[in-house]
This record gives sequence, structure tokens and C-alpha cells, in this order.
Amino acid sequence: MTGIDVRPGRLLDPSLLRDTIHAALRTGGDFAEVFVEDRRSMSALFDDGRVEELTGGRSRGAGIRVVFGETTGFAHTADLSPEGLRSSAEAASAAARDGGGGNRTVVFDDGQAPRPGAVAMMPADVPKARKVALLEEADRVARGEDDAICQVTARYADSRRLIQVANSDGLLTGDDQVRTSFSVSCVAAGDGGMQTGRESVGHTVGFELFDRVDVADLARRAARRAVTKLDAVPAPSGEMPVVVGPGGGGVLFHEACGHGLEADLVAKSASVFAGRRGEVVAAPFVTLVDDGTMAGEWGFYAIDDEGQPAGRNVLIEDGILTDYMWDRLRARKEGRDSTGNGRRQSYQHLPMVRMTNTFLAAGDADPDEILADTERGVYVAQLGGGQVNTATGDFVFGMTEAYLIENGRITAPIREGNLIGNGPDVLRDIDVIAGDFAMGSPGTCGKDGQGVPVGDGTPTLRVTRLTVGGTAA
Amino acid sequence: MPELLDIVDHVLAWADDGEQVEVCAVHERETEVRAYERQVEALTVAESQGIGIRVVRDGRQGFAHAGTLDLDVLAETLAEARDNVAFATPDEWCAVAEPDGVAPVELDLHRASLADHPTEAKVAAALELECLVSDADPRIVGVESAEYVDSITESAVVTTTGIRSTSRETGCYLSAYVLAGGDGETQTGFGFSIGREPGDLDPERAAADAVERATRLLGAVKPDSARLTVVLDPWVSAQFLGIVGSTLNGESVLKGRSLFADRLGEEVGASSLTLVDDPTNVAAFTATASDGEGLATRRNVLVEDGRLLRFVHNNYTGRRSGGASTGSAVRGYASTPGVGIQALVLTPGTRTQAEIVADVADGLLVQGVSGLHSGVNPVSGDFSTGAEGLRIREGALAEPVREFTIASTIQKMLQDVLEVGGDLEWLPMRTAGVSLVIGDVTVSGA
Repeated sequence: MTGIDVRPGRLLDPSLLRDTIHAALRTGGDFAEVFVEDRRSMSALFDDGRVEELTGGRSRGAGIRVVFGETTGFAHTADLSPEGLRSSAEAASAAARDGGGGNRTVVFDDGQAPRPGAVAMMPADVPKARKVALLEEADRVARGEDDAICQVTARYADSRRLIQVANSDGLLTGDDQVRTSFSVSCVAAGDGGMQTGRESVGHTVGFELFDRVDVADLARRAARRAVTKLDAVPAPSGEMPVVVGPGGGGVLFHEACGHGLEADLVAKSASVFAGRRGEVVAAPFVTLVDDGTMAGEWGFYAIDDEGQPAGRNVLIEDGILTDYMWDRLRARKEGRDSTGNGRRQSYQHLPMVRMTNTFLAAGDADPDEILADTERGVYVAQLGGGQVNTATGDFVFGMTEAYLIENGRITAPIREGNLIGNGPDVLRDIDVIAGDFAMGSPGTCGKDGQGVPVGDGTPTLRVTRLTVGGTAA
Repeated sequence: MPELLDIVDHVLAWADDGEQVEVCAVHERETEVRAYERQVEALTVAESQGIGIRVVRDGRQGFAHAGTLDLDVLAETLAEARDNVAFATPDEWCAVAEPDGVAPVELDLHRASLADHPTEAKVAAALELECLVSDADPRIVGVESAEYVDSITESAVVTTTGIRSTSRETGCYLSAYVLAGGDGETQTGFGFSIGREPGDLDPERAAADAVERATRLLGAVKPDSARLTVVLDPWVSAQFLGIVGSTLNGESVLKGRSLFADRLGEEVGASSLTLVDDPTNVAAFTATASDGEGLATRRNVLVEDGRLLRFVHNNYTGRRSGGASTGSAVRGYASTPGVGIQALVLTPGTRTQAEIVADVADGLLVQGVSGLHSGVNPVSGDFSTGAEGLRIREGALAEPVREFTIASTIQKMLQDVLEVGGDLEWLPMRTAGVSLVIGDVTVSGA
């Protein structure tokens, strides 16, 4: 298979896509879709004082979905020949129970696909030596930052994902998604053992990322984070006020309520937020948005993996739960439009409802005053990952840089650990939000075994009560 | 499609003089059936393949991978791996593995019965499981997922240095994730059954576990903060062992990222702890006769009676640390061989979980944990994770508890092991589970 057209929406010829959809509908399906993907990736790893390896990756194929009533049939193939696609279409349509002869004709709309994100410098056109030089700089700067730094890992990665979506409703569209990222992880050693510090940056842009991101600065911050923690005291244990710094807290909302607002989980009553649209779920100054249109952000795209243009969706407005996030399947059942949140890890996966860039809108409080007004608690400067049980609402998130707050001031750094809370409770317990909004680090959100890139952001905020999972009394 | 060995040999034949080439290819067929409300929610039939090519020349390595076995892409992938070589820093220990004389054990991991199993029977299995969990108990108010999944995997690793290893295996499982409810609250639980062929699966067991785990949490409260003895359920101890295993990894040791780097020969845990990584044990679902570099796997005793005996190594870390590979290279086709435990097991004690609980005056049975990836740092050893389970009072299981954390350090937890249970259970991960009693753990709750 050669001669793939790399223009968005043009991976496979429309007539081949139409034939494939016709084959997929032959057993009587209500809806059929072909998702085509061609992804190239490159990464370079610097570890232990040397360039360890450069890796190139290529993956291409098609996933074919057929929906019959409540049942979805799915098959995927790396064989993009007419025979390969036909055989996958037949496999996907085999889930039809009645086998009724479908004989529908699909006509594709000539509508324009939304414009993909603008890329100034295509990473594939940048010499590998320039990428490697960034890694060497990060290593040198991190090691130079402090004598305690004993190990540095730096990783550069870029990817280009061309997708094409065609379905039996006549949709034919595509997108060209270019992502570039860089991370630095440091280990510092001291009398009390080892500590780690990590910084990462990732955007849906090309190599021009490094016009505005200084890898030396990234490396210094990662190194300082590890060194600071060498003096960390054990984290406290039990319920107390928690102040989360700007940019650091997005994971909190991603876990506390983001997943619970995904329509697929809501439909199965596997969310504490099911049936609560229109209700007050937080203080009137809380507004939460999921926005796939934020150009350049890690969770940005022109269309989702079902061909729906990305949207800016207000989930909580002035404390009131306004809407959930939707994909095509769940939206069809409700007779409404998808919100552009149907995503999949690759052509080998079925799409489902996923977040994009999820953020808490800025408030108007002064971050310094929030701290000064907090007698005793924990200040979290950087959160790690998290996890939620959407049915119970219980969620955890890790703190990778955090400090004690004593008498309204940030004091000793504390050791790593998780915080635990319950989504609806934590939303109600947010008592103040500052105006210093910032986006956080790029993340990979995992759900049902599928990982997708997501972004998040928050201003400084305070939760009056969260359980800090440390070991100190 | 052509035989996997023919494809990897084809690529190997393209190797130039003066370069070492390693080709790893995988082919997998998978079926997944999800049932929901007595219907098939989704039926996935998938065939996937991929190849990873590593080229080493003058101590530098380059790598590339592709998710297809089309010849044009294979040539492009080899060219990319070769091009990547020039950018790596020379390293005298970097090399493709060579045959080391250890013969692989014969492992029977493939069942023809799975390949012949009709799709209708797979669909029926998923629907049956959903019925079992739905009808088991009036407190079950929903089934988030009930599924049957199987796979048939073939893989091959060949090198210009003379490695030729192939394997094929089958596997399948049933799993259910259920919602139990009452009085405005919801609790969740999961259960599963895993095997190499459909006949191994026990749907009643999967359903009963899911139902019990969910219903016994109904009425759960947030416990008071305290220092307690905790009993980790096998499902939880297996995840804890996975973290311990990552600290016994030769790469972490060489790169200064292991807690135990300088501790060989020393006591690192309670004397009741013996940790063996044995992928040649056919009872393990991750059993394999050869590792990610095509070397024979072997039984490695890592900790014996609390004393640290060895780390696991791949070819690179083994050579660099003055020894050899322990047959512990782990990888997918899309990455170079890493190092890791493959089937780690604690030598079990003798008592059942019930007998163990009966001896705990004031403690906590942990049935599930969350956020291991965010609250545990295997470099510093800090350990903090969300948890749910049941309080233990006066030797009996008492009220259910949730929304709390358990915290300690990995170093301290190994020292604080009070007992290893006799209820060894192989799980769908690279570790086995067993009830594990650990003293002096901080429970953070209300």
C-alpha cells in the first residue's frame, strides 16, 4: 500500500470509503463508520548521561464500526486495500442479529472540514541533531543546577496523526494533528535518601514549541523540585484545608467531576452526577469548561475521532451543572448533537466520551490573601496523576510538590503522597478562587485501557476540607 | 498471512556487515464482547500486528517500529532504525543479546480450543455473566460492564547474533464491574476469571466476587485516622509487589533510581519474605519461555528470608553490572527491551485470610486501592494510596470503610510484614497475590 495522500481527509479515496460503508451496512446496520489513521512518531531519550536511543514509529489502519440498535460491531485492520477493508467491514457487521439485507446508498457531503491547527515548523522536517541538542542542554543545565542532582532523564517526542472519518450519514472529514512534547526528570540524593522532580511541556504544535519554551528553564525547575524535596518532612495525615496553586490543580477537576460528567458513564448510572443537570453542585463562582478548541493546547483538535468539530462546552456554570460531555453514540440516543468529545486512542479502539482541555475559570480573589487566610493546611504546587471511581465519586490525586501552610504562610516542603476526596463534596467545599489562571502540564488520560492527550488548567483555589494521605500525625 | 518467522527472517536478511540487527514481531487476534442490559453492547473482532527493529553498530543503537507487516513499511522501518543509530552516544555495553546456552523450558501456553471457539459462544458467555451478576442480589442496581475477552498471540525474536525464539499463547477472561445501591449510595465491585481456554473460565466465581465486593461496601463510612495493622487482599498485595519489583530492576539500580541499589546481601524485609520471579511457572498467566530479547527465561530468587539476593537484568544491564542477563528483558514490539519482573511471587505462608483476620485485634482489610501511579514514588519509597475495605475489630470483619488513604514507605512496609498468607492466587498481571499483613500503616481518614 503506497501513495497515501497526506492532505487531511484524503487518506483513502472517497469511493473506497463509500464501498466500505456499503459493505458494512449490508446486514442491516443503522449506522456505519470508517475511521482511518496514519500516525508517525519520533522520540529521543537522554538518560544516565548519554543519548540512549532515538525511536521512530509508524502505525496506520482503519477501524470500522457498525451500529444496530443497542449493539455495536467493531473490527480494525492494518490492511487498507479494498479487500482488507471489505473483510473488516464484514467482520464488524457480523454482530447484526437479524441479518436483514441493508441496501442503503451513502452520499458524502461536500462540506469543508474545519482547519487543522497551524504548524509553523513540521517536526519531521527538523534535523534529528537539533532535537538531540535540546536533550543535551537539559541534562547539562539540570546537573549544573545543584550538586545533589545525580540522575537526569530528558525526553523529546513528536507525532503527526492524520485521520479521516466517513460515515453513513454522509460525513466525510479529516484532521492533521501534530503534537510536540518535552520532559525532564531528575533524581537528587541527600542524607535522607533520594527524591525526584519532573517538568514537562506539550502542545498541539510543531517544533516552534521551542521558540516559546526554554528547555533550560524546564530543566532548572525539575532539578530544583527534586532538591527542594530532599528537605521534605512527612506529609500530614487527615482532613485539612488544601490550597492548590495555579495550573497545578486541573487534575483535581478532571478527577473530581470531569469523568463523572461523561455521558457514557452517566447513561449507565455509573456517575454520582447522573440526573443532576440543572442542579446547584458548587458555589456560584465555580465555572468549569471542557474546550477542545483551545488552539495549541495538548487536548486540542479540529475534529474529534468521530468527525465532529471540537467544541467549547460549559459543564458547570456559576455553580449549576449545565451539561455532560457527549459522543455520537450517546448523543444519537438522546436525539441531540455530539459535543465533539468522541475520542479514541487509535484506529484499533472504539471511540467513547473523553475530555479535551478541562479548566476552571478564573475567579477574582488574590492568591496571596487566600494563603494568608489559611491558618493550617497544605499548599499543592504541582499535582501528579489521579484516579476516580465515578460511581461513588471518590477520587485521589497525587502531590508531587507540596508544602505545609502554617499561620497563613508556606513553610516546609512535604513528601509525596495522595489526597483523597469525594467529587460532589469537594465541589461544594471550594470556598475561594483566585484570578491567576494557568494551564497545567500535558497529561494522558486513561479510561477503559485507552490513553488520550488532555490538557487542564486552574487558578489558585482552596478546598476547605480534603484528606491528606501522609504519615505524620 | 505469511508465517511470522518468515517475515522477521526477511528483515534480518537485509542486515549489513558490521551491524547487529534484532527483529521482534507480534501478531495477535482478539475478540471482545461486552454485554449490557441483556444485549450485546459491543462486539470487537480484531487482528493486529507489529514489528520493532533495533540496529546496533559500534556501541550505538537505533530503533524503529511499525504497526503493520507490509514489506514497504518494513524497509522504511529498518532504514529509520539505521538512521537513528548515528545520534546515540557510544556505549561499550550496548549490544544485541547472544545465545547464552540456557535452554528454554517447554511451556504449553497455547490451546487450539480457543481458536476454534465460535463467536456465538463468546457472546453467550458475556450475556450469561451479566445475567449472573444482575440476578445474584437485589442490591445490585447496575452492571457497568460485563465482558468476555480472548486473544491468540504469536511472537518472534530473531537476531543476527543467532537468537531465534518464537512463542504462541492463548488467553481469555471474563470480567464484571457492578454497582450496588441502597439509600442513595452506590458502591462498586469487580470480579473476573482468567484462563488459557474458555473451559478454564468460572463465570459463577467472577460474578460472586463482583457482587460480594460491591455489596459488602454498602454503608461504608470514612474511618478515623489511625495507625493500624492492614491486611492486603491478594488483588492489592499483587499491585504492591509490582512496585517492589520495579525497585529490584537492574536498570533502576545502574541508573541510581533504586532504593535498594547498594543493599545486595542485606536484610531488606521481614524474614518471612521470599520473593521469586519465575516466568517458567506455567501457573502464571504471564509465563513465557523466552524473554523480550529471545533468551530463555529462568527462575530468579530475588529476596530470600528477607535478604536481597539479586536484581533482574536484560542483556545490557547484566553486562554492564559485570554479569549477564537473567532472562528478564520485557518489551512490546514498539519499544526497545527494558528490564522487569515477569512473574513475581511471594512464597506463601499457610493460613487462610479468615484465620489471619481472626488474629487481628484492631486493623483494616484493604480490598481495593487507587492512585498507585500518583501516590507512590519507587525512587524515594514514599507510599500513599487511596483505599477501600473493611475494618477489623476483635478478630472479626466489621464496618465497611472508604475515602481514606493508607501510607508508609516501601522500605518500612517490607520490614513491617507480619505474615504472608497461604492463599496464593495468580492474577492477570506480572505478580501473584496473597493475603499480606503489614503493621504500623498510617490510615488517613476523618
